[in-house]
Parts: sequence; structure tokens; C-alpha cells
Amino acid sequence: MADERAFALKIITPDRVFYEGEAIMVEFRTTEGEIGVLKNHIPLTCVVAPGVLRIRENDTEIKTAALLSGFVEILQDSVTILAEIVEWPDEIDVDRANEARVRAERRLAEKAESTNLRRAELALQRSVARIEAVKK
Amino acid sequence: MASMRDIKRRKTSIQSTQQITKAMKLVSTVKLQRAKTRAERSKAYFNCMYETIKGIIKRTGHIDHPYIVRSESEKKAVVVITSNRGLAGGYNSNIVKLVGAADWGKDDIFVYAIGKKGRDILKRRGYTIKEDYSEVINEPLYSDAVEIAGALLKAYENQEVGEIWMAYTGFKNTVSHIPTLIKLLPVDDTDIDLSGEEDDADSKVRSVMNYEPEETEALEMIIPKYMASLIYGALIEAVASENGARMQAMDSATSNAEEMIGTLELQYNRARQGHITQELTEIIGGAEALSN
Repeated sequence: MADERAFALKIITPDRVFYEGEAIMVEFRTTEGEIGVLKNHIPLTCVVAPGVLRIRENDTEIKTAALLSGFVEILQDSVTILAEIVEWPDEIDVDRANEARVRAERRLAEKAESTNLRRAELALQRSVARIEAVKK
Repeated sequence: MASMRDIKRRKTSIQSTQQITKAMKLVSTVKLQRAKTRAERSKAYFNCMYETIKGIIKRTGHIDHPYIVRSESEKKAVVVITSNRGLAGGYNSNIVKLVGAADWGKDDIFVYAIGKKGRDILKRRGYTIKEDYSEVINEPLYSDAVEIAGALLKAYENQEVGEIWMAYTGFKNTVSHIPTLIKLLPVDDTDIDLSGEEDDADSKVRSVMNYEPEETEALEMIIPKYMASLIYGALIEAVASENGARMQAMDSATSNAEEMIGTLELQYNRARQGHITQELTEIIGGAEALSN
């Protein structure tokens, strides 16, 4: 693993260390849009939006996961993701995610006054992220 | 002197109490092990979170954000984490004492109780219990912490309370648990900077940190997560401490019972011996009376 492009990646959740190892690139979605991080990135802290997380460990190995909320601290040679919710594809219940998506879409379409639009939208984003993480 | 039967009855009753305390000690030992590993695993997240918040506040200095600047309301919200069950030595009363010792008027405090024991004692003493999340302490989940943090932040944003504090028992190791009272909001730079004076290379890297979205906005998104993680960390530590405290309490109860049984055993034997001697004297006395 003497890859010059590799940097240390650490993904921590409140309950466990989700991932710890070296990667040459990591991609995820932030509130400002999707970003891909390589080594020697400028120091940056950003807030996560629900999306698919891709960890490129080397040229052939890519791991995916659903990263739903948290924030990321990027330093030159290390990236730390403080994730409130992150799941490997095999931990995701696809049926439930599908159901959640339909439910959120319906709620958004109805636009009833009682529904909290932001919450419904977040729920939709989360379910879509989960479904996509499984597909990849 | 108590009769032999009384002593025997007493001894049996203490023996069965001892069996119970012994079993409770075993149960809390197992629970403590589980809670301890959980506490250790969540520590990494918490430390990292703290560093980041510290970094942001250090860099931004004095920004005019409600999460940083003290608000006008005199009221305080206090999250009090105790247990749902007793028999844990001074675990619950230490927390209540801590809240009582703080220099606050009873009318200025809204208690957000987690744990029935603390809730009941505080209620009896005339504190206002605003919310009760006692179910949470049985099996703390991160989502519970998020919910509690949400309720607190809402009260804070509506200016119902001006400060948010939390009283919980910190878990240092199996035998030492420290009742702790910390301020959650507003995040004072004085609180934060104290531990971070040494300007090493790491903080230099952080000082050129960029934020996306920019600091104030990022702070607004991260602070709720920070609160949730603090509360979650406190819950996990409190559970570990509770079981540790109960284990110790039950351990000393068991050895006290042992001691009492020993004393009673001695008394019982003495009474038995006295009884036999008395009987013998009576028989001899009777026989002598007859032979005369």
C-alpha cells in the first residue's frame, strides 16, 4: 500500500468506527453539491447532505455506502467524516427505503398544510440515497 | 438474649437478602462491561466533534450568533441524567446534590429529566419538570439524543431559556464516577479555549481551514449535532456509571451481609450452648433431688 496518492480516511459514527483505512479518493454529497476529495486537498470543513459515499481504496476497489448526515473535516493528508447516519449497502433494508420514498413523494405531492415540507424532502433524499447505494 | 429460633430466622432472612444482592452485583457487572465498551467506542466521535467545534470558534472569534452570544433570558434549562432504578449507592443523590449546590434559584430552572429517580426527587423539592425522557436511559439511542437536543434548541431559540446545562455522572473508570455539571449553550469561547492553549502544528492546520458553507452557517448546522453528540455521550457514560455504582453498592451490601451472618452464627452457637448447659444442670439437679 505504498501508493503515493493515498490518504488516511476515517469515518466515525456515535456508535462505532465505521471505516478506518487508506483511500485514494472519496466522493460524497455536501449541502453545496457533490465533491470528490483527493490527497492534498485544501483544508475544508463541510456539512453532509444525504447521498452516496464512494471510497476508492485503489484503482480497482471501490466501496459504496449511504451517507445521510454529519459533517466532514478535510485536511491535507487525512479526511475525517463524522457521520450521524452511514450504512453499508448490506445493512440497508431496500423495501423499507422504497416504501419511505413513496411515502415522502406522496406527502410532497399533496402539499397539505400539516406536512413539514423540509422534513418530507429530507426523508425523500435519504431514501433515494439508500436505494442508490444498494444499486451500485 | 434472643431465643435460638429468633436468631435462626434472622440469619435465614439475611442469607436470602445476600443472595439477591449477589445476583444484582453479577447482573450489573455484565451490564457495566457492555456499557463500558459502548462508552469507549463513542468517545472517538465525541472527541473529534469537540475539536472541530473548538476549531471553528477559535477561528471565527466573536461572531454575533445566538449560539455563541449570551441571550437575555434568565431562565436555565438543565438536563438531569439519573437512573430509573435505585439501589445504586449515592449515584442518584449525588447528581441531585450537584444541581442543588449550583447557585440557581429554583424558579429559574426548567428540568429536562432523564431518569425517574432524579425526576422524583427534584419534583419533591419544588423544581419545575419541563420534559421527562426517563424511558431513554434504559437503552440510549443516538436518535433519542437528537430528539432531546432538538427540544432544547427550540426552547433556546424561542428565548424561553438563556442557558442550557447538563448534569450527569462521568465515567472515568470502573470505580470512579464523577458527577459533572457542564454548560451546553451558549458555547463560550472562554470554556472552549481553556484546554487548547498549546498552539501545535495541528491547530495551525486548522487555522487555515475553509468552511463550506461559510462559518456562521456551518456553525448553525453543526451545533445541533454537537449538542446531540454531547447528550449522547453523557447518556452512555451515565449508564456505565450507574452500573458501576450499583455494582459497588451491591458488593458492599454482600460483604456486609456476610459480616452480619458471621455475628449471628456466633450468637446462635452461644445460645445453643447455653441451652444445653441449662438443660444439663436441670437434669443433674433433678437427679440429685431424687437420690436424696
